[in-house]
This record gives sequence, C-alpha cells and structure tokens, in this order.
Amino acid sequence: MIEFTTWDILRNLLLAARWTVVLSLVSFAGGGLLGAAILVLRIGRGRWGRRLAKGYVELFQGTPLLMQLFLAFFGLALFGIDVPAWLAAGLALILWTASFLAEIWRGCVEAIARGQWEASASLGMGYFQQMRWVILPQALKIAVPPTVGFSVQVVKGTALTSIIGFVELSKAGTIVTNATFQPFTVYGFVALIYFALCFPLSQASRILERKLNVAHRNH
Amino acid sequence: MSYTFDFSWIGAYLPVILKGLAVTVELTVVGGLLGVALGTACAWARALGPAWLKPVVAAYVEFVRNTPFLIQLFFVFFGLPSLGVRMSELEAANLAMVINLGAYGCEIIRAGIEATPRGQFEAGASLGMSRFETFRHVVLIPALQKIWPALSSQIVIVMLGSAAVSQIAAEDLTFAANFIQSRTFRAFEAYMLSTALYLVLAILLRQALRGIGWTLFPRRAAR
Amino acid sequence: MSLIEITEVKKRFGDNEVLKGINIDVAPGEVIAIIGKSGSGKSTLLRCINGLETIDEGSIQVAGAQLLPDEVHLKALRLKVGMIFQSFNLFPHHTVGGNVMLSQMVVKKTPKAEAEAMARRMLDRVGLLHKFDAYPDELSGGQQQRVAIARALAMQPMALLCDEITSALDPELVQEVLAVVKELAREGMTLLMVTHEMRFARDVCSRVVFMHQGRVHEIGPPEEVFGAPKTAELRQFLGV
Repeated sequence: MIEFTTWDILRNLLLAARWTVVLSLVSFAGGGLLGAAILVLRIGRGRWGRRLAKGYVELFQGTPLLMQLFLAFFGLALFGIDVPAWLAAGLALILWTASFLAEIWRGCVEAIARGQWEASASLGMGYFQQMRWVILPQALKIAVPPTVGFSVQVVKGTALTSIIGFVELSKAGTIVTNATFQPFTVYGFVALIYFALCFPLSQASRILERKLNVAHRNH
Repeated sequence: MSYTFDFSWIGAYLPVILKGLAVTVELTVVGGLLGVALGTACAWARALGPAWLKPVVAAYVEFVRNTPFLIQLFFVFFGLPSLGVRMSELEAANLAMVINLGAYGCEIIRAGIEATPRGQFEAGASLGMSRFETFRHVVLIPALQKIWPALSSQIVIVMLGSAAVSQIAAEDLTFAANFIQSRTFRAFEAYMLSTALYLVLAILLRQALRGIGWTLFPRRAAR
Repeated sequence: MSLIEITEVKKRFGDNEVLKGINIDVAPGEVIAIIGKSGSGKSTLLRCINGLETIDEGSIQVAGAQLLPDEVHLKALRLKVGMIFQSFNLFPHHTVGGNVMLSQMVVKKTPKAEAEAMARRMLDRVGLLHKFDAYPDELSGGQQQRVAIARALAMQPMALLCDEITSALDPELVQEVLAVVKELAREGMTLLMVTHEMRFARDVCSRVVFMHQGRVHEIGPPEEVFGAPKTAELRQFLGV
C-alpha cells in the first residue's frame, strides 16, 4: 500500500493548478477579444449584426457551460476532427467568456449618460469619433471592476473542463482522491487553492469599484 | 467524412429525458426556495446581525463565491462521508445548490437591505417595533423588490450550473444526456437536445421569476 | 406631575458636544415649540426623548418611568411617545391603511379588525379616510405627512414629537398639516415640535424653547419669547 504524505498531495495539486491558470488566462484573453467584437456588433448600426450578437449572448448565457464543453468535445469529435481536451476546453471557454464580457461591457457603454452623446454630437463628432474620444474612455473606466470580477467566474469555470478530461486542478483532485482515499483532505486543498487564486481577484474588483465611486463622487 | 443526424432514439429514451428534466426542475425549485431563505438569513446577519456573527457569515460567503460549484459538490458528496455524514446523490446535490445560492443570495439581498433609507428603520423603531419586527415588516419586502432582477438572474445561473450534479451521478438532465450518449453514441444529438431543453428551462424560469416578482410585490414601485 | 422630565441631559457626537445640559419639564397637554439655528441641537434633543439617540449624561423620564437604553424600556417608551419625521418615512409597500394598521398588529398584537377600525378612525381624524387603499407614492407630501400623523396616533401615545414636520413640504401643503396639529393641540395632546413656523408657534404653543449651541437659551410663553426677547442671540435669530 503506497503511503501518500500531505506534501505529495499538495505538490500534485499545485502542479495541476498551473494548467488552471494557463487555461484561465487563455480563455480570458481570447474571450476578451471575441467579446469586444461581439460588443461592436451588439451596439452597432446594422440590424442583423445586433440580432446576431444578441442571439449569441442569449445562447451562451442561457445554456450550461458544461453542455457547451460537451458539445465542443464530443460533438466535434464525431465530425472526424480529433479534438484534444485542452482545445475543446479552450474553445468552449473562449466562446462562453466572450458572451459575458460583451454583456458587461455593453452595460458600461449604455451607462454613459445620454448627455455625453448629445454634447459630442453637437460638437460635430461622428459615431466613431464619439466612441473613440468620449464614450469608450469613460465606459472603459467603469468596466474595469466588473471585468476583473468576471475573471473569478472564468477561473471557476475551468473546473468543469475536468469533466471532459482536461487535467487541471479539479481533475487532479479527482485522480489524487482515487489514489489516496482522502476526499476531505484532497478536495479541501483543492478548494483552498481555488480560493487563493480567486479571492485576490474578488478583492481587487471590490477595491477598484470603491476607488471608482470615490472618483465619481468628486465630480 | 460526412455526418448524418439521427434523432430516432428520442422515443425510446423519452422516460430518461423526462426524469432528467424532473430532477433538474426539482433541484432548481428546492435550491431556489431554500437558497433564497438561507441568503435572506445571511444577508440579515451581515447587515443587521450581532457583531460576532458577521465574520462567520462573511467567511462562508467568501469561501463559496471563490470556489467552483463542482468542488463544493464533491466536498459535500465525497468529503462529508469521511466525517460520518452519509447522504444520497440527490441530497448532496440539493444541499450543495442551497449552500451555493445562499452565498450569492446573501450578497445580493444585503445590497437591497443596505439601500433601505435610514428613515424606514427610524419609523419602525419609533412605532415601538423591535429590530427584528422592523426588518420583517418594513425592510425586507422593499429590499427584495429592489434586487429581484439580480436575484432572478442568479437563480437562473444556479439552475444552469446544476448540470454539474451529473458528475456525482444525480440523475438530472445532463446525466440523462450522458446516459443516452453512452448507449446510442449519438453524442451531438443527445447534447444538442439537452442544451435546447436547458435553454427552454432558462427562458421559462426567467418568466416564472418575473411573474413571482409581480405577485409578491405591489404593482406600485417602492420609492 | 410632569409628563416628560428632561434633567441635565448631555449628548456628544465624538468630540462635538451637541447638548450641554438640557432641563425641561413638560406638563400634560402642553404644546411646546423648539426653535433655534441649525446645529443648536433641537432635533437631537427630540430624538433623545424617544431613544433614537442615546444620552451621555442626565436623565429623561416619561410618565414617571425612567428612560433606559435597553429594548424593553425603549419599547415601553415608544408606545407612550410617538414621532413624526421631516421625511414622513411611510412604508412604501403598504397601503395608507396598511401603514396605520401595521404597528398596531405587530407591536400591540391588536387583532386585525380592531386595528382596521382604529386606522379608519385616525385617518378620518386627519381627513384622509378616502385614501385608505391608496399607496403612499400616490399621495402629495402634505397627505403623506397627515398619514404619518395618523400612523403615530393609532398607537395612542401620550405625547407626540414633531421633528420639522413641515420643512420638506411645498408651501401650499404646509397649512393642511398644521391644521391637523392645531386640532390635536386643541384636543389636549401633548406636543413637542421642532419647527420653523414662527406664526404657528405663536398661535398654538403654550411655551417656546429657544435653543442655542446646545443649551436652552430662553424659555417662556410665546408672547414673551417672540414679543420681548431677552438675549442678543434670540433677537438675532428672530431678526429684530
């Protein structure tokens, strides 16, 4: 019978946590780029662009992330495409993240008072100039806290990728539990590591929000 | 290689799908009701409760909000038995969902309580109401009304997150999809169908919550 | 015997001593106006009397019972002394009738039928019986304040504390509220009113208290206080 020390357990989990971090970063970056594109469609002039973007958001926000992962993994495999777990995980998470970020950013743009649009318009600015010089700079500022806050959801979302076989922290937890028969300890550590990853992000989001409100109050 | 879609299995596996739907609905209803109740109690504790209770509730809330639901589920189902607590898959799933929604609900409802004008508390106090009576009769309903949209969204999110309970073999809709997939090898069709069903559930749930909001709160908006 | 006895009451907010030793005795049926500049401590004094603020030194007695800061004493006190607020503070999720009934049922455990009957009587007294089923946001400010008065009256208090109850009202709505208060005074209710309505104070009150920098600077019947102010501060406040 192999004896596992606490350090053995923790070491395995920490090594796997690297993949959680990598996947989170990739998903967040990719999701951010795609989300920006969807945002542009969503608030743009074209009627069909808006509808497409709206449908995209409603689809990805109205269905479980786990289902999206399954469809990416099992579904694509049946088309003959050999999809490794990490690719399906990354793809699904990017698409999912993009839908949420697009909505968060849309809220920020729409929060900019109508008066800003009217003032910049009466100064002769066109749509792109208004966005570039007046609206987006202000929207970006209020977007920072909720965007940082959403990064926490992305990290937690990577946990589901364990189900399609991607070996990150949660999968490592399952493997180690099966080897050591110490679920309480193992999953306890897993939870603590996720907490260590997420809590700083949550706090950062809260601090940024407070700073922002202070800035607003000084107007 | 081309692929032909085949949905012929639906008839044979209808009972499985329906059972999965029923379990998902049950998890959502129980999780929703008990989760909101727990969230309300915790929100009261954090906003108006005794000083010693606040950090306890804060620790619970922060822990749940900064760890994945899947891990909370595993902790409840696999971890608790090693402390002597045994429960079925469905019980563990329900418990994990209540604990999860309770934490998110706490923060949402707390925001509503803290948005209550001070004058409401003073009016209740000067009429002789105890702090709890003031909370129950004066503060709670307007607070819930204020945050109902945010709370509804969170309930939908938790419903969609319930897909993870399939991993502890609770027989929800995702479990049904996996089951069908493993028997028929029609992965894409099985998952497409269940995804569509989840989408329908989400839409219906949002409507239901909106309706509940209209009935629970007087049509005159609180000012 | 006095209904309300305020003895050497002192109150601090941090370093700022807002009440520096207040002594007032209020007899049953008296109508007292408390006037003074903002920051003189008028509202704080009122809020100390029904326990919304705690006092640091001194004592307050209402109907012979000492005001102590525990839940039991506070509740007993608040059943004897009601308060009307500047911002009305009606409960937005209850109808007008519901607002007047709620505390009767919750605090005094009055059965619903009795509470409703009392609510209707009190609303009739302030002239708003026809608004029984309306919600607060459908009413004007003056109407809301009158409902607030009915709500306090339904608890059958011995005295009412009025904290600038007309200050938040549009000028044309002030009179309807003052009319109700005048009627209450005529019927013998004991009233302590922080107010800026000098003419009302002169017409209705039995005594006027002029507060300045946390102390009772002058006190006396309205003819004296308004007609023959003794101190320079009061003269300056009245603009004479």
